[in-house]
Amino acid sequence: MKPPRLADRFLQFFCAPHLLEEVQGDLHEEFDYQVKRIGLRRARWLYWWEVMGFMKLRYVKRKPSIYPTTYLYSPTMLQNYFKIAFRNLLKHKGYSFINIFGLATGMAVAILSGLWVWDELSFNQYHQNYARIAQVMIRETDEGNVGYSNSVQYPLATELKTNYQNNFKHIVTSSNSGDYILTAGESKFLRKGQFMEAKAPEMLSLKMIYGSWAGLNDPHSILISASTAQALFGDTDPLNQVMKINNKLDVTVTGVYEDLPLNSVFNDINFFAPFDLWVSDNEWVRESANNWHNHFLKVYVEIQPTTDFERVSKTIKDAELKNIGDLKDKVAENPQVFLHPMHNWHLYPFKNGAVNPEPTQMVWLIGIIGAFVLLLACINFVNLSTARSEKRAKEVGIRKAIGSVQGQLISQFFSESFLVVLLSFFLAFFLLLFTLTWFNDLSAKAISIPWTNAYFWLFCLLFIFVTGLLAGSYPSFYLSSFQPIKVLKGINVVNRFAFTPRKVLVVFQFTISVTLIISTIVVYRQVQFAKNRPVGYTREGLLMLAMKSDAFSGKHEILRTELKNTGAVSEISASMGRMTQVSSNNDGLEWKGKKPEQDKSFSTITVSHEHGKTVGWQFVKGRDFSRKYATDSSGIVINEAAMKYMGLQNPLGETISWKFRENTAYFQVIGIIKDMVMESPYEPVKPAIFYIKPINGKPNWLNVKINSSVSISQALPKIEAVFKKIVPTVPFDYQFVDEEYNAKFKAEERIGKLATFFAVLAIFISCLGLFGLASFVAEQRTKEIGIRKVLGASVTNLWQLLSKDFVVLVIISCFIAVPIAYYFMNKWLQKYIYRTEISWWIFVVTAILAVSITLLTVSFQALKAALINPVKSLKSE
Amino acid sequence: MKRVYLGEFEEIVLLAVAVMEGQAYGVAITHEILHETGRDVRLNQVHSALQRLEEKGMVKSEMGEPTAERGGRRKRLFSVTTFGQRTLHEIQEVRASFWNRLANPLKLSV
Repeated sequence: MKPPRLADRFLQFFCAPHLLEEVQGDLHEEFDYQVKRIGLRRARWLYWWEVMGFMKLRYVKRKPSIYPTTYLYSPTMLQNYFKIAFRNLLKHKGYSFINIFGLATGMAVAILSGLWVWDELSFNQYHQNYARIAQVMIRETDEGNVGYSNSVQYPLATELKTNYQNNFKHIVTSSNSGDYILTAGESKFLRKGQFMEAKAPEMLSLKMIYGSWAGLNDPHSILISASTAQALFGDTDPLNQVMKINNKLDVTVTGVYEDLPLNSVFNDINFFAPFDLWVSDNEWVRESANNWHNHFLKVYVEIQPTTDFERVSKTIKDAELKNIGDLKDKVAENPQVFLHPMHNWHLYPFKNGAVNPEPTQMVWLIGIIGAFVLLLACINFVNLSTARSEKRAKEVGIRKAIGSVQGQLISQFFSESFLVVLLSFFLAFFLLLFTLTWFNDLSAKAISIPWTNAYFWLFCLLFIFVTGLLAGSYPSFYLSSFQPIKVLKGINVVNRFAFTPRKVLVVFQFTISVTLIISTIVVYRQVQFAKNRPVGYTREGLLMLAMKSDAFSGKHEILRTELKNTGAVSEISASMGRMTQVSSNNDGLEWKGKKPEQDKSFSTITVSHEHGKTVGWQFVKGRDFSRKYATDSSGIVINEAAMKYMGLQNPLGETISWKFRENTAYFQVIGIIKDMVMESPYEPVKPAIFYIKPINGKPNWLNVKINSSVSISQALPKIEAVFKKIVPTVPFDYQFVDEEYNAKFKAEERIGKLATFFAVLAIFISCLGLFGLASFVAEQRTKEIGIRKVLGASVTNLWQLLSKDFVVLVIISCFIAVPIAYYFMNKWLQKYIYRTEISWWIFVVTAILAVSITLLTVSFQALKAALINPVKSLKSE
Repeated sequence: MKRVYLGEFEEIVLLAVAVMEGQAYGVAITHEILHETGRDVRLNQVHSALQRLEEKGMVKSEMGEPTAERGGRRKRLFSVTTFGQRTLHEIQEVRASFWNRLANPLKLSV
């Protein structure tokens, strides 16, 4: 007949000790009484009920101690703490340097990655209406495949304006962005621009330097960015200046806006011109006014402040479906119109029918790596502080003996670590100032330190605080827990197990470092692998120019002759789209033995006769186009991928038909070339056909092959002179094919560089820590080494003795890091179709590298200790 | 003089302590109150009332003898202090004087 044990335990847990006896006594007596009165079962319930009744502050509050409270935060003591801390820092300059410098590096990296993440998250926030701007998109389902498109049809824009206007503050229809020639007087430049409706400047809250947001109301106006204005007009007032777009459209400058920052999607747009001007210039646009098949417009909207994106998306979702009743093929795709909010444009873009997770993954990755590097630096701090504990043990003992309580010592060591963190923070800031431009280059960003942002400083304070806690907690609790009797007697307080956490920390550090090194190597190997891929044409000395203007029409032959006459050019050709991009893909091809399921689209590229000679494509079979044969106008050159896809054994002379829109063209295969890598170097080359007949549009790019015996610097002025003579209205704006091709590796190279940056830092910080630890161990074992030497140990023996422990730790980290790195890098490689293997030697090389770095770091201290004259180390005491 | 106010429940507990003459402790008081007033009180209420009374100086306490049903725990025995007695008297007087001034003694409306 005992009361419930659990209830009793619970009571003992929460009730203040000085009240427990009487309360529990009363409870038990009552229980005893109630058992007799109402039976055991109900008495037990009652007991619980009564116990719960005592859960009041009055009973929980502990009795204050009868001893006077010591003040944890007395200014005198704090002063003393800082004084001692400074003296300690100055006395052990080496450790202090390692501590502060290591921590500063870690903090600088953490702040950098923090700024990077912030920059990513604040993308597009330059635009004041950021929270309410969206782009109209359409979701279509084609035979189970979901596709998202931000290009919409002209009638959809009209429909939104007619029937859904009340949801929106602005609906701005816009062309795609594109390169245009801007001419003002003698100066002409190629600039990216977009034709947008008049409300665009207001919606995007452009910061106007000259003119106003109303600038686009005039149908023959243009708003240009400050840098473009500077380039075109120099220091003269650009307002009301007359200029031309593509040598054709006369416009007047009605405003100049501040250049848009790098973290705005409209950053590269250097002018805005009225949408109607574009429409008036392009007949096909006017013809598409009621065509639900042609997706070619961008529609940006700003929703009303009273509503939200979700609601508007719901309202407009059938805006297309309602109007396409008679178009069965469109209805089958079930087009759903929705809004893609501006705050999702950068981090949640659509790709291949789903949200592309890469931008968010990158943010996480950089954030996590930054945190890890900081953690490495904090681990150094912890390791070195605890390693030095023996030095501080006596101090702790004496402080305790004269009346310090543990709380005071904890606050002492915390104030010490906060001091170090504070010093490191200032140093980190200096490092940051020096590395920021370099980091911006590396990451292709324009990050600056937000000096005036209160949140930034608040964040810095929080950051200092967190780092201080992270670095200071373990040492302060560990050091303050020493027992005064033991340390003052001189018993070795640092027991065997005190080393274990330190070892774990070293292993942890090196695991991260080794993982990063392996990742770096794999990233570089992948880039190298793709770079070494045979591309099937010659990139060197190949220029390309966009034929933007009508000025080029009919000038091809004369250009060719004049250019060749200079001797600097060996051949030129025209092609549809550039060499480093396939701009035209079509289906509708038929050949002998085509199976119905073969509906893959082909790259369809119109070229001039000399294209092959210019770019140097390589024939597997057959011959190139030639002007000698008139029939070559219906000749076709296909690539190996196309040959394989078509499954033709001997394709030469085969007829291929192509139905483009209403017309069907017939071709004879005259040659088969090796695959040319024009698009992503990580993906297989698509089947491609090349032909002379301008079926799906005229060639719009010019390719110029520089004579290999003439240097590029000599050739360029000659080429430019010819262009100036023949097409004087067009700026000589060219690109090198090899440079453009290399740009395809930018993203990967950037990842590689970032990975190197982090890997080098991680290994640097880890080595700093190891160096400190090794020197400490060497110092501790001075006597032992002296005795060993006297007894005949060689320097090699001693070096082995001191280095062995650390090497073992690093080898353990390698074993942990290998599977981790393999897992992640394998996953990363999966996204490339054309990819390298992770070969075993990468791991071996990394392990050897890590061990040798460790040996180098440790040996310095080990040899120093081993070389000390034993007389010196043994003579004290 | 400055009055120390007593809550109604505190007054009942104080009276109970006074009545029980040195044998007053938590459970006993609870039972006494239940017996006298029929009120179902919980132990914690009595305990906190006693604590408050002690803080106000109306009762004093000492530890008593351990008993078996308490699992060998001692009880805290309360007794009324002089100040507590005086307070009870004053309360009584105030009430009496009001009752005396009542022209028509109240009839219980049944």
